[in-house]
Amino acid sequence: MIRGPRWKRWAFFYIPLTFYLIGLLFPFYWMLVTSFRPDNELYRSWRAATNTPLWTLNPTLEHFVYLFTNTVFGTWLYNTMFIAIMSTLISLFCGLLAGYALARLRFPMAGSLGTSIFVSYLVPPTLLFIPLAAVIRNFHLQDSPWALILTSPTFLIPFCTWLLMGYFKTIPRELEECARIDGATRLQAMIRIVFPIATPGILSAGIFAFTLSWNEFIYALVFLSSPQQKTVPVGVVSELIRGDVYFWGPLMAGALLGSVPVALIYSFFVEHYVTGLTGAVKG
Amino acid sequence: MADAPAREDIVTRLPAVRPGAFRRLLEHEQFLAALLLSPTLVILGLFIAYPFAKGIWLSVSSATVGNPGVFIGAENFVKVWNDSIFQKAAQNTVIYTAVATVFKLGLGMILALLLNHHFRGKRLIRASILLPFIIPTVLSTFAWKWMFDPTFSVINWTLYYFGLIAQRIPWLSDSNLALGSVIIVNVWRGMPFFAITLLAGLQTVNPELHEAAAMDGANGWQRFWRITWPLLLPVTMVVVLFSVIQTFADFQLVYVLTGGGPANSTHLFATYAYQIGVATGLLGEGAAISLAMFPILFVIVILQLWYIRRVEGA
Repeated sequence: MIRGPRWKRWAFFYIPLTFYLIGLLFPFYWMLVTSFRPDNELYRSWRAATNTPLWTLNPTLEHFVYLFTNTVFGTWLYNTMFIAIMSTLISLFCGLLAGYALARLRFPMAGSLGTSIFVSYLVPPTLLFIPLAAVIRNFHLQDSPWALILTSPTFLIPFCTWLLMGYFKTIPRELEECARIDGATRLQAMIRIVFPIATPGILSAGIFAFTLSWNEFIYALVFLSSPQQKTVPVGVVSELIRGDVYFWGPLMAGALLGSVPVALIYSFFVEHYVTGLTGAVKG
Repeated sequence: MADAPAREDIVTRLPAVRPGAFRRLLEHEQFLAALLLSPTLVILGLFIAYPFAKGIWLSVSSATVGNPGVFIGAENFVKVWNDSIFQKAAQNTVIYTAVATVFKLGLGMILALLLNHHFRGKRLIRASILLPFIIPTVLSTFAWKWMFDPTFSVINWTLYYFGLIAQRIPWLSDSNLALGSVIIVNVWRGMPFFAITLLAGLQTVNPELHEAAAMDGANGWQRFWRITWPLLLPVTMVVVLFSVIQTFADFQLVYVLTGGGPANSTHLFATYAYQIGVATGLLGEGAAISLAMFPILFVIVILQLWYIRRVEGA
């Protein structure tokens, strides 16, 4: 509990914390209120006396109806989900194998390979999106979910590898050696002994990869062009803004629905997410 | 060990090993390592190394959309270097990264110190402050764009309601305010990451050190600078360098909020590269703008690697 006299607790703890919470969470509240506010209330001038921006007495579902009848929002959600799940699975598969090799096996260049995988994690997508678009065209992957399923792992694999490598290093070698003395091969020891123990690490890496992939924008913007193939962020940008006109109601409804899957997964696995995050940063 | 029986159980259920050529090869550490690393190396090679080489080629070519182009040497780089919008974008990127990082670190540190106390609902609050960081950036940035709307702005409404302003503030359409507004959103999004990571660092600080210092008469401020800060420095360095890379190469925020406008006043390297390379179709020039980020990112990555090595070696 916070110590000290009551006024001190308020001045140095409760009030600052409240400010933080309001500042950090208000945009989501604003998204929520806007999604349910009818159009005739939405567009009232900032100084209008009739303005009650912080709540509405006439909640409506019109924006959600618009979203599902005038755009292919359902398809975007499905695309985003499919891409995020596939890239996460590919990245976990690669990250598990590579992480194990780097943490457990002795081979020449192990150190420099580990370093180059780490460095590739720090190559931001914005550095490579122009040549990558040409590469994607060469491989005939443009406007296909596979363009993203194969390119997202470039920033997800290094992250998973790095995180799992750290995890594998904490698992005592003796466990594996016991299994091998009992006749297990290296691979069997890896799959049946080491991987199960690393489950919390795998879970962290998976959740993190999923949220990062869901968040990816510039590749999706550059590689996907037809409305049927788009992901939620790109679909919302291209179909709910026409010229200078922003369809704010459906836009906020779309932003809200596009955030829900990530928020749900996050809320179930928040502890894993946080340990994964802090563990990965500390290297 | 408690899990010993279970482990034996697993091992005895393994099928008997028949030594075959491939099996024996699998026992060979170098072969196994090559095998396990191959999927990763194939993907990173095809979608990082190859595009990187291709990017270098594009940047020294006259390629445009639909035209493979010819080698033109450093012409793109010279053109870009003398381009006033590029110079503005470079300047913006530096300001954006520096100012946002300072605020993210400062505000994140205060929040981490607040959350390091024990109080009711701590887990819930800790989980909810991370929301800006996990919600897809483009989607939450739209909420900000709507909050910044010049006429229907809830921010202006609130300020007016409390009598703080009489004129409306055009947050994103005034070239003097736009970069600041974009930085606010970046700080909002990135600060929770600093807070959570620093909090994890704070929890490894031994409270006995604080108690001992308090008994010696150190006040809260002194205890922070003399004990907490030095112990937190390694974590802080890594988070800051990591965040600098992300912020420096940022795209989504500016693309959604201003698209680089008004009058190019908020372009960053990435948004300008997108405008030239994708929207205008000048692939060679766009690639050159993207690659201009590389030397700076390279230095930061080297710094980070050097620092991690040093900390791990110590």
